[in-house]
Amino acid sequence: MIGGLFIYNHKGEVLISRVYRDDIGRNAVDAFRVNVIHARQQVRSPVTNIARTSFFHVKRSNIWLAAVTKQNVNAAMVFEFLYKMCDVMASYFGKISEENIKNNFVLIYELLDEILDFGYPQNSETGALKTFITQQGIKGQFQTKEEQSQITSQVTGQIGWRREGIKYRRNELFLDVLESVNLLMSPQGQVLSAHVSGRVVMKSYLSGMPECKFGMNDKIVIDKAGKGGVTNEAGKSTSGKQSIAIDDCTFNQCVRLSKFDSERSISFIPPDGDYELMRYRTTKDIILPFRVIPLVREVGRTKLEVKVVIKSNFKPSLLAQKIEVRIPTPLNTSGVQVICMKGKAKYKASENAIVWKIKRMAGMKESQISAEIELLPTNDKKKWARPPISMNFEVPFAPSGLKVRYLKVFESKLNYSDHDVVKWVRYIGRSGIYETRC
Amino acid sequence: MEWANQLCENRQFGSKMTDSKYFTTTKKGEIFELKAELNSDKKEKKKEAVKKVIASMTVGKDVSALFPDVVNCMQTDNLELKKLVYLYLMNYAKSQPDMAIMAVNTFVKDCEDPNPLIRALAVRTMGCIRVDKITEYLCEPLRKCLKDEDPYVRKTAAVCVAKLHDINAQLVEDQGFLDTLKDLISDSNPMVVANAVAALSEIAESHPNSNLLDLNPQSINKLLTALNECTEWGQIFILDCLANYTPRDDRESQSICERVTPRLSHANSAVVLSAVKVLMKFMEMLPKDLDYYGTLLKKLAPPLVTLLSAEPELQYVALRNINLIVQKRPEILKHEMKVFFVKYNDPIYVKLEKLDIMIRLASQANIAQVLAELKEYATEVDVDFVRKAVRAIGRCAIKVEQSAERCVSTLLDLIQTKVNYVVQEAIVVIKDIFRKYPNKYESVIATLCENLDSLDEPEARAAMIWIVGEYAERIDNADELLESFLEGFHDESTQVQLQLLTAIVKLFLKKPTETQELVQQVLSLATQDSDNPDLRDRGYIYWRLLSTDPVAAKEVVLAEKPLISEETDLIEPTLLEELICHIGTLASVYHKPPSAFVEGSRGVMHKRLPARTGSGEGTESPDVGNVAGGSAPEAAPSIIPSQGDLLGDLLNLDLAPPTTTGPPPPTSGMQMGGMDLLGGGLDSLLGGDIGGSPAMGAGFGAAPAVMPASLNAPVGGGLGDLFDLGGGVGMPMGAYIPPKTVWLPAMKAKGLEISGTFARRAGVIQMELVLTNKAMSVMTDFAIQFNRNSFGLAPAGPLQVLTPLGPNQTIEVSLPLSTVGPVMKMDPLNNLQVAVKNNIDVFYFSCQYPISMLFVEDGKMERQVFLATWKDIPNDNESQFQIQDCHLNSDAASNKLQGSNIFTIAKRTVEGQDMLYMAIKLSNGIWVLAELKMQAGNPNYTISLKCRAPEVSQCVFQCYEAVLKN
Repeated sequence: MIGGLFIYNHKGEVLISRVYRDDIGRNAVDAFRVNVIHARQQVRSPVTNIARTSFFHVKRSNIWLAAVTKQNVNAAMVFEFLYKMCDVMASYFGKISEENIKNNFVLIYELLDEILDFGYPQNSETGALKTFITQQGIKGQFQTKEEQSQITSQVTGQIGWRREGIKYRRNELFLDVLESVNLLMSPQGQVLSAHVSGRVVMKSYLSGMPECKFGMNDKIVIDKAGKGGVTNEAGKSTSGKQSIAIDDCTFNQCVRLSKFDSERSISFIPPDGDYELMRYRTTKDIILPFRVIPLVREVGRTKLEVKVVIKSNFKPSLLAQKIEVRIPTPLNTSGVQVICMKGKAKYKASENAIVWKIKRMAGMKESQISAEIELLPTNDKKKWARPPISMNFEVPFAPSGLKVRYLKVFESKLNYSDHDVVKWVRYIGRSGIYETRC
Repeated sequence: MEWANQLCENRQFGSKMTDSKYFTTTKKGEIFELKAELNSDKKEKKKEAVKKVIASMTVGKDVSALFPDVVNCMQTDNLELKKLVYLYLMNYAKSQPDMAIMAVNTFVKDCEDPNPLIRALAVRTMGCIRVDKITEYLCEPLRKCLKDEDPYVRKTAAVCVAKLHDINAQLVEDQGFLDTLKDLISDSNPMVVANAVAALSEIAESHPNSNLLDLNPQSINKLLTALNECTEWGQIFILDCLANYTPRDDRESQSICERVTPRLSHANSAVVLSAVKVLMKFMEMLPKDLDYYGTLLKKLAPPLVTLLSAEPELQYVALRNINLIVQKRPEILKHEMKVFFVKYNDPIYVKLEKLDIMIRLASQANIAQVLAELKEYATEVDVDFVRKAVRAIGRCAIKVEQSAERCVSTLLDLIQTKVNYVVQEAIVVIKDIFRKYPNKYESVIATLCENLDSLDEPEARAAMIWIVGEYAERIDNADELLESFLEGFHDESTQVQLQLLTAIVKLFLKKPTETQELVQQVLSLATQDSDNPDLRDRGYIYWRLLSTDPVAAKEVVLAEKPLISEETDLIEPTLLEELICHIGTLASVYHKPPSAFVEGSRGVMHKRLPARTGSGEGTESPDVGNVAGGSAPEAAPSIIPSQGDLLGDLLNLDLAPPTTTGPPPPTSGMQMGGMDLLGGGLDSLLGGDIGGSPAMGAGFGAAPAVMPASLNAPVGGGLGDLFDLGGGVGMPMGAYIPPKTVWLPAMKAKGLEISGTFARRAGVIQMELVLTNKAMSVMTDFAIQFNRNSFGLAPAGPLQVLTPLGPNQTIEVSLPLSTVGPVMKMDPLNNLQVAVKNNIDVFYFSCQYPISMLFVEDGKMERQVFLATWKDIPNDNESQFQIQDCHLNSDAASNKLQGSNIFTIAKRTVEGQDMLYMAIKLSNGIWVLAELKMQAGNPNYTISLKCRAPEVSQCVFQCYEAVLKN
């Protein structure tokens, strides 16, 4: 298991050091600094073995978090734990920075004592932690016996993510379908790879211990429903609806996985406040909101002509926003002239790219930019690698085609029903890595 | 705005913005100030002081002098202060054990506190204080806490048992904590169960043979129930524990799989990977024709792909694991090539791993796409990545024959870019392509020759020289090209020198008239002016060969080369199986067994896939455990590769004899010089050599045809022995153990005589040696090492000669062997070159082992599978042999063969002729199928062997003969 956990600043000074196991000595702290943080070469692996000691590290801005072990630990778990540690810290004191860590070092030690015992991760849900790690040390003695046992049963309980007795005057639910659409396209317009990674993010303000059920246009569910209702007309009409094939999905720990596995229904008791209900991935029938058509021509050795056309490919009534096209330029660029039909374009020498920004663009439109790039003659034999043209945008629909069919809330003990809950649903599609090679 | 938030938040949690000041104010003389503050009456001041102490401790300052003062602060009802003091205690208690006792009372009192959080805190902290005296006091409170009414205290106490076990294992056993811990597996609270499982698993690791976890269907059921309810971390502990269980049959295996698969949808990647581990392991037990087996295969792909959208560090872990999974079960991800395409922004470690997997998944179906991608990568910036991409193109060519042409033309395009490292890498892989497809792409040689000047890396130079030598007859100015390299001969690396020597000899054999001078020059450079023994030995061999029998030289040097394999860098099967059992862990990231990087007894237990758990397991693991304790496995690989490469090079490229019979001259030469297995041996060998060298040099210089007598004698003698050996051991007696033969006569080894044989007992290969000291002095410090060999045989432990061997004493030693050593094809296949060292010198000998040693116990095959495999193997791979004079009936034969792990799958009788169908599995996973025909009354049997690696047939036949006739 994890033998120790260190946090360093960018200079390699230790901010936090907590050793859990006897086999990790003080020299481990220095070994990591010397061999990784101060290493001349760029880091080639997130796992480093120095003198039979393994170091796992992640970086957040310029802070290094390193977990150390001498055993054959579960490596995936260690990284998951480090991320979780970052989340927990962020939810306690905001951004992970040197200043914040120094300001909260006592708190961090207290957290580390709680969420890692002898190197074994323990309950690390911030909701539960915040009930008893508060940095108001004296609180302990004011707690009543009931409060104490409520805390311990939540920390160790089956529903560790929610406490009992939550009350809201107005029961509300916000559901966001956030998708990032990824594309790698060849210069000829052939899709080399495309996938959507989506997240369903919720904010729930519900009283009591509500049971929720979430439904979407999952192909497997719709087909099943369709088959079941072959005899009646209503069944047919549901199967006629568009459905999507989900390659894979993962769920927040509140979702009952065995129920999903057997019935493919998503049911859960939600955490209070913000959380991510599920992630999913699709690769079939993706709506690619934009198509980029590049044309690069080398005119002699000192000039490049670039023309890029973008076409929007969705309903004309919808508007895409925050569109940005990034056209890389060679390192020896001396000057650039750009003409674009729409938006603004600028050559950014420091980024070696022409950045073309368009505020809004409706569906089924097209726009074009052309640029002349002057090059300095060089002796460099090495060819310019022609990085791909990348794009950023935001669209008000889900490129995967996912639709929320229902989100039902049941709370048997309190007197509010599904109808009384105010529900908000929103779809946002963003570009992930959306690249076209040129 | 952010600042305001922070302020607000800080206020909310009651900590002041000024905690960071503790980091800045620690100066000299401060200890005094702190002391005063710690003893202050004001609570606030005390707390501040303790914070300062902790901050100093963090940055590595020694504040142990404050021990009594800090401990004094422990008696407080302020929880925050208490935790700080505890933190201090955990760090310094060990250095101040006597004072630590002062704290005991408070701990014991806290364990009785009405607040469960405080009870747990006390027991948690006490377990971290590694002072013997404290542990005694810990037992009573721990016992209470293990049965506490509050689950939070119980789950903390469960981990505390593991802590205590780490400090004093005996105490934990004596106090009966293990039983209490076992009881907690049935606790009503899932988190308590999970922590108890984690603690028990850890304790069990250091007691490999204890039946501590005692997994049985009932307890497994409890674990599976808790799995659905506990935290993500708890699920990981439980899944990792489940993976150690071996289901009784395929039905149990299936039902566990069914209950584990829902975990594949968990958001936590570690839960997913641990579930994958359980499934990969238990799948082994499922019959492949089961519907569920196919379903399971299909279910595994999506979650693995999803792991690639995790954070980069996790992607890296996932990719290292996928690399293993793809080798074990390529069918799972064969359609998912695209997700492994490299993204521009991937960190370099992710890129390199993706590339590896792309090559593994490359097939005829997707090769076009793969190639297009690889070409794209070859223009990237990162040098390592580009090199690997170029190399990958070469590997595609070798793997997918249909694509070879396209790969070659892609490589040529890349050579045209003139980017130095790209060109060099391309030339190295083109050499391999030439070897794989001889006489097909030689038209590109001209282009390659253009780039001769830009090659500055030894590997590329060596590859280019090999190409020039190999195709000397087609390159008009081959002599000029090679001559140009010769100018700086002594500045070249050994690799290049060896290659140049061989290439010029090849050239000479092809164009003898024009190149006599050149060959003279290189031979004298290699033999007289070099102090590299490999180079000189190779030089001498060539010289002697050329001078005595040019025809033989031609046969040897220009022999047809064995084909190179399609897949490179494959992990050896038994290691792969072990690594599959370690999916998700560090071992799977390093691709090394835990014993390679974990100290002490922990994690040394070798894990295996369930299908392989035969009777052998029990005996094998302790053996291997011993090895890990010593340093043997570490030392071996570090010495062998460099020399081994040369050796392999020598064998594969140049000296592979044309036929299977008749390897002696080069082989023996190699033993004398090329094989340096024990480091020290080289020097002593060299010493002897140098002594004789001036004379030899002179002799050669004058008339190469005359062999110096001094050298002639031992070599000749050695040869004779070799032949003798060949006769003696060549026919292994099969059944159980062939009689011992003399491997190393005392004459050749300064009085040490070694005889021996090989045996397979309970699944373990053993080399049984008899060492006799026929010298006058005592022999000590024995050690043994093998050269790389066809089946990766390697000693699984050091040679156990513990007492010195006095004159005329004999000792019998049995050396367990593993099959995880480095592999190199030998000729004959079952040849094993051994080096034995003692206090006197290093001695080399070679012996042949009966291949039946490598027949594994699980070599049985389903009839259907047998039939399908038989049909599947091309007829070209079938070989027929006659066994004469054998008087056994078919049942007796079958029984006899079974003793050597040759399993009869089916028997058929047609017109009085008995046909036995038999299967054999070799330790490296090669299957050999056999059909044995016997006619009643006819003592001559006909045997047909079919195998994907037809090279082994001859050896297998010898085994049959030996087994049946004994």
